[in-house]
Amino acid sequence: MSITFTYLLYYVPLIVAVSLVFGATRHENLQLIIRHSLGTARWITGFMLILMVVLFFFDWVL
Amino acid sequence: MSTVRNVIEVDSEKVDLKSRSLAAFLAWLIPGAGHYYQGRTIKAGLFFVCIMSTWLLGFALGGFNVVYASWQPGDRRWQYPLQAGVGLAAMPAIVQSLHAKSNTIDNQTKPGFQPFFKGFMAPPNRPVLDNEVDEVSAYYARYGAGYEMGTLYTIIAGLLNILVIYDAYSGPLSVPISGRRPKDDEDEEQASENTEKQAEPASPAEV
Repeated sequence: MSITFTYLLYYVPLIVAVSLVFGATRHENLQLIIRHSLGTARWITGFMLILMVVLFFFDWVL
Repeated sequence: MSTVRNVIEVDSEKVDLKSRSLAAFLAWLIPGAGHYYQGRTIKAGLFFVCIMSTWLLGFALGGFNVVYASWQPGDRRWQYPLQAGVGLAAMPAIVQSLHAKSNTIDNQTKPGFQPFFKGFMAPPNRPVLDNEVDEVSAYYARYGAGYEMGTLYTIIAGLLNILVIYDAYSGPLSVPISGRRPKDDEDEEQASENTEKQAEPASPAEV
């Protein structure tokens, strides 16, 4: 990997803020907001991990 | 628009949106202010903390130089309209930009030009001359990835506030059907039932 692991820390505050705002713009109930936020965070993280695996694969193949 | 039309029901909670236009304007001006005006204080606090912390963190990561308004040749700052989604916090850049524009002739900044507030959110001087250091390149050299990440953070904060403005104006966005799972529906129904039970008066037998 051409960047250090610490660069991935930039991801943490973003995912927290984005997930919470996404959840709060879809619900009024705090419990539902938090549940939606966790779901969003999980979905985005999964999507990013898949992208990372694909990029690693191409890096390895090419 | 009647008052009744401004009351909506979401998650079994009644929400009075009050003056939607004013709420949307306040939401743009200060993230969360529109919700505070509507009495949705928890969401107001959440939006303010999430958006402003993201915006300020980005601003700091980029050495406080990532937010400026410029449309000069070689420096079309298209990011600024997106960053300006946070409202008041990004407005000094407009003041600086107008001040710089009034001191720019033929795309060249007047010699001896001094921006307001010690250059806070001021656009870089133009044009870039061969014997001078390009200010934007200097930002990149000084802050590295922090400058790019700072720009990204402030853009995302501005874009998130657009969702918040929409929420202040129209209430929560509907959850897409594709994103719903049976379990979520059951949970929401359960939450709805619990709220209804709490709202019902106790039966005589229970008393």
